[in-house]
Amino acid sequence: MKAVEPISPVSHVSPVSPKVMSMQEAIATFVRDGATVSIEGFTHLVPTAAGHEIIRQGLKDLTVVRMTADIVVDQMIAGGCVSRLVSSFVGNSSAGSLGELRRRIEHADPAPLTFEEYSHYGLICRYLAGAQRLPFYPLRSYGGSDLPGINGALRKVTSPYPGPDGEPEQIYVVPPVNPDVTIIHAQRADRRGNTQIWGLTGIQAEAVYAAKKAIVVVEELVEDEVVRSDPNRTLVPAHAVDAVVVCPRGAHPSFAQGYYDRDNAFYRAWSHISKDPERLREWLAEWVYGTADHTEYTAKLGEEFWAGLAVGEALSEPVNYGRRL
Amino acid sequence: MTAETVRTEHEKGLTMTTSTTPETVTSSELLSVVASRELAARRTVFAGIGLPTLATELAHLTVAPQIEVVYESGVCGAHPSHLPETIADAVLITGAEAVLSMPTLFGSVLQGGHIDVGFLGAAQIDRWGNLNTSVIGDWENPSVRLPGSGGAVEVMANSREVFVVMRRHNPRSFTETLDFCTTPGPDRALDEGIRPLGVGVTRVITELGILSREGVGEELRLTAVHPGVTVEQVKESTGWDLQVADRVGTVEPPTAAELRLLREDVDPGRVYLR
Repeated sequence: MKAVEPISPVSHVSPVSPKVMSMQEAIATFVRDGATVSIEGFTHLVPTAAGHEIIRQGLKDLTVVRMTADIVVDQMIAGGCVSRLVSSFVGNSSAGSLGELRRRIEHADPAPLTFEEYSHYGLICRYLAGAQRLPFYPLRSYGGSDLPGINGALRKVTSPYPGPDGEPEQIYVVPPVNPDVTIIHAQRADRRGNTQIWGLTGIQAEAVYAAKKAIVVVEELVEDEVVRSDPNRTLVPAHAVDAVVVCPRGAHPSFAQGYYDRDNAFYRAWSHISKDPERLREWLAEWVYGTADHTEYTAKLGEEFWAGLAVGEALSEPVNYGRRL
Repeated sequence: MTAETVRTEHEKGLTMTTSTTPETVTSSELLSVVASRELAARRTVFAGIGLPTLATELAHLTVAPQIEVVYESGVCGAHPSHLPETIADAVLITGAEAVLSMPTLFGSVLQGGHIDVGFLGAAQIDRWGNLNTSVIGDWENPSVRLPGSGGAVEVMANSREVFVVMRRHNPRSFTETLDFCTTPGPDRALDEGIRPLGVGVTRVITELGILSREGVGEELRLTAVHPGVTVEQVKESTGWDLQVADRVGTVEPPTAAELRLLREDVDPGRVYLR
C-alpha cells in the first residue's frame, strides 16, 4: 500500500496538468461572444469570480443559464455581457431586488434583455435532458400555468402509456439545454479535475454533463490521494472537466461550506447598489474593472473582513472504505 | 409547555398572562403563530425562509413535535445552531440529517409525493388559490418584474396541500383576475387535462383572518377573523365576491407561551420578527 502523502499547498502539487490554468486563461479559452454559458451553484458555491472575469474580458451577447439568477448575473448584465437569460428565479435571494435586471426587463433601460422564464424543476429537467442527450424530459408541472403561453419551449405531449385511470395521459415536457460551457465552483479538485463538493450540491453535476465544455473553479487544488481517500465525495469526475482554476474565496459573496460563510451584508447592500445605475457603475469600476483578478479583489476586501466570514470546524466522522487483506 | 421553559422575568416585561392584547403582537408574530397551529398533525413541510420557517419551528415546539422541514435548497432534517437567514444558510447543512441534490429533491421528494404541506407566498392570489409571482402588469412589458416561480409551480402541483401566508390583505393582492398565473392550483390544471397530486391551497393566512378551501372545485371561503376584524372588512379587502362560511370563527390571539417561544427560542435575534 502506498502511503498517502501529506496534503501539499497548491503551488507544490505536481506535475502540473494542462487542465490547471488561470481564470483569465480559462475564460479566454472557453467562453466566446454569443456563447451559451451555464453558471450554477444554488446559493452555495456561486462562481462569482468567474463572472467577474467574464465582465473584465468584455464578453458580449451571452446567453446565461442559471436557476437562481442573483447578484453575479445582475453584475454580468450591468457589464454588458448578457443578451439572453434563462432562469427559474430572478431575485436577490431573500434580500431584495436585482436593480439592473429589473431596469432591463421593465424599461429596456439601457437595453432590452430577453428572458426565458421557467420554474426550478423545469430548468432542472432541461439540464437532465441535456446531460443525457435526450430530446425532452417530462414533468408534472405547468398544467394550467400561464408560463407555456410566454415560453414556447414548454410543450404538452400525450404519454404513450396509459395513465392510472387507463386513459391517455397528458404531460408537459422541456427540451434539453446543452451549454457551450458550464462554470461551477467547488471546494476542491485534483489536478485532472476530479471535483469534490460537500454541503449543497444543487444541479452542478448535471449542468457540467449537459455542457460541451466545463470549467471548475476551486478553493484548493489537492493531491490525487486526497480525492481518492473519499471517492464518494467526487461530484464531477475528471473526464467531464476541461479546466481547473484555483481561486480561493472565489464564491464571495456566497459561501463555501467549511471554508467561509455567506456575506449576508453584501446581499442586502446589493439591492441598494443596483437600484441606482450610477452607483452600480461605480461599484463595477472599483471592484471588477479596478481589480486585475480575484486575488486583488480579495486583498482589497482585507483580512479583517475575511475574519468576519471565518467558520469553525465541524469534521465528519471518517468512513472505512476497507481494503483487501 | 413545561414549567422549565417559563421565563418569568420576560413575562413580567411583557405583562402577559394567558393571552395578550393585539397591540403588543406584530403582524409577523401573528401570522407565524396562526400558521404554526394549522400545522398540527402534519409531518413533512416544504418551506422557504421567513414566516414559514418561524411557523414550522414554532409548530415543532408546540402542536407538531414530529414535523420535518424540507428546504428548497435540498436540506432535510436540519438542526441549525442559529436561525437560518436563507434556505441555503451554512448552519442548515452542518449537523443536518440529509442534503439532497436538486434532481432528487424536486424529482423524487416533491414529485414523488413525499410532502404533506407546501408553504408559498405570492404577490397576487385569486379565489381558487392560483398564484402570481412573476409580474405586475403585462408579462412582455411589466410594471414590476417579480422573482418568478422558483419551485412554487412544483410545490403547488405535488404537495398534498398548500398554505399561503400573505402579509397584506387588499384587493390588489386578493384579485379577481391575476395579472399572470405563475403557479396554478389543481382546478386550472384539470381544465387542461392534467391531474396534480395535491388539492392545492387549503389555507390562506392573512393579517385579517383565515381563508380556507378543502378540495378541488372549491373556492376560498372566509372561515375565521382575528379579534376586532369584521366579516365585512375582509370582504371589502378582497378583490372578488368572497364566500363566507356559515360559522365564521374568531382566531384565538397568540398566547403568552407561543409568543415567548417565538421570541426567545425560535427567533431571539429577531431576524424575521419585525
